[in-house]
Amino acid sequence: MTTNDDTVLRAEKLSKKFGSVVGLDDVDLELSRGEVLAIIGDNGAGKSTLINCLSGALVPDRGKIFVDGEEVAFRRPPDAQQHGIETVYQSLAVVPALDIARNMYLGREERLPGWRGSILRMVDRKGMTARAKNQVDALGIRTIQDMTTAVEKLSGGQRQAVAVARAAAFSSKVVILDEPTAALGVRESGQVLDTIKRLRDEGLGVILISHNMPHVWELADRIQVQRLAKRLGVITPSSHSMTDGVALMTGAAEL
Amino acid sequence: MTRVQRTLHAYPALSPAVILVVIVVAFTVVNPRFADPQTLSLLVQQSAVIAALALGQTLIILTAGIDLSVGAIAILVTLVMAKLSASAGVPGWLALVVGVVLGTLAGLFNGVLVTRVALPPFIVTLGSLSIFTAIGLLVSGAQSTRADDMAPLLSWTGATFHVGGFSITSGVVLVVVAYLVVGFALSRTAWGTHVYAVGGDAEAARLSGIRVRAVTLSVYLVAGAIYAFAAWVLVGRAGAATPNGIVDGNLQSITAVIIGGTSLFGGRGGVAGTLLGALIVQTLTVGLSLAGVDAQYRLLGVGVLVLLAVALDQWIRRAR
Repeated sequence: MTTNDDTVLRAEKLSKKFGSVVGLDDVDLELSRGEVLAIIGDNGAGKSTLINCLSGALVPDRGKIFVDGEEVAFRRPPDAQQHGIETVYQSLAVVPALDIARNMYLGREERLPGWRGSILRMVDRKGMTARAKNQVDALGIRTIQDMTTAVEKLSGGQRQAVAVARAAAFSSKVVILDEPTAALGVRESGQVLDTIKRLRDEGLGVILISHNMPHVWELADRIQVQRLAKRLGVITPSSHSMTDGVALMTGAAEL
Repeated sequence: MTRVQRTLHAYPALSPAVILVVIVVAFTVVNPRFADPQTLSLLVQQSAVIAALALGQTLIILTAGIDLSVGAIAILVTLVMAKLSASAGVPGWLALVVGVVLGTLAGLFNGVLVTRVALPPFIVTLGSLSIFTAIGLLVSGAQSTRADDMAPLLSWTGATFHVGGFSITSGVVLVVVAYLVVGFALSRTAWGTHVYAVGGDAEAARLSGIRVRAVTLSVYLVAGAIYAFAAWVLVGRAGAATPNGIVDGNLQSITAVIIGGTSLFGGRGGVAGTLLGALIVQTLTVGLSLAGVDAQYRLLGVGVLVLLAVALDQWIRRAR
């Protein structure tokens, strides 16, 4: 395995079992700054298990994870967040009854300055709402205006936009997106793809899981193919066609 | 209709507020004596204990839990405080401190079983309901203690003062203060947001970095302390500590919470609605009796209100 100075995130021989089911079997992964790495694979290929280990949502049974060359151990999602890794989960991880601003800052609420924050532990509701607005606006989602709207009142696409905006706003090194355009229409998908490009151009590493092959082939610098909990290999949009990719995923072709 | 739905969605305390105003007006029309300051004062005083229990119950229901042991914890605390003060001669303040610690420990017991052993809250508190009741009976020898035999501090919550024609007890003031404190914590602190998040979607909360079990446990601890507080109010209100003080406090507090618009599914609602819910139940009791209606109809009315509140909650949840 080659590791250069540009590698921001590296995983070595990650394995995870769920009872007797093998979710992840000795899987490696490398991600550079300013790179979009797509992960493709059929259902059960270990895509979500892999990124859940990288986001701290799951603790792998074996294997190592390195951020900027330094070994890390993620026990909980905040451990990964502290290393600048943000994740858009397939479930979106938003709380329906809470408003957009509260969801954006969930688990990292900002307190008011002075005694109201330190003694009364009051959160800076206005400040967080205003910053949430900026973060959603930065994504170019015009249909979401009021940050005090409960997330459950948003459309599926708008919810996804909120989750993406949250990850984009707080990531400093890596953004992981698990099917970020699944619920989106054409226009909203385009906005999320633009956001991914922007993050990449800002020098962040992006990991993208998607079933949408045109999106993958449009965005990805490299494509990691997963099959049956193992890493089959890494291809690029220029080395293989979409048809080749699907054939590799399903086992109709080998590398 | 969707506009109504949306408004109710945004302000869960609105429907109980409307119900309370409507029934107060209706009972006043039927019998003007209902609006007497004396009647209203008594109504508020009678609501205080259930309101205090329902405050803790609200926190637990917000985390999608339920507490059947509220009444048992409060009775246990009253009996222990009474025993310490009347039989052991422990100073009032110390008995009170022991009572609050005991209530918190009872909450810890429930909370540990819910969060660490991962048992359903319904089952945990069904069991602890019997356990706490039995301990209370064992400690007190199933005997009541009159407030006169205890340190004055323990029944201080029953002390009345007058504002205009209204008589208010210190217990009522304490309950109002407790509501303000908990309401503040729920709406203005990160802890409050986390309580809603844990009840609304525990997995989303976990992925957002919230320590779900710690937040849930904290809710059971706070609720336990509030029940001890309710026990203090109860001693003042009843003028005694009795083993059968508020045995149905669990169902009454749950009723207040539900009528107050807090969702049994967790993550939705608040303490303002609960306070209104507690007042609604007591208003029905007093109002129907003043209207000369058979007491059984009160039960019927409360039952209908509970079902309406749950149906309304389901309807509101479908709002877009």
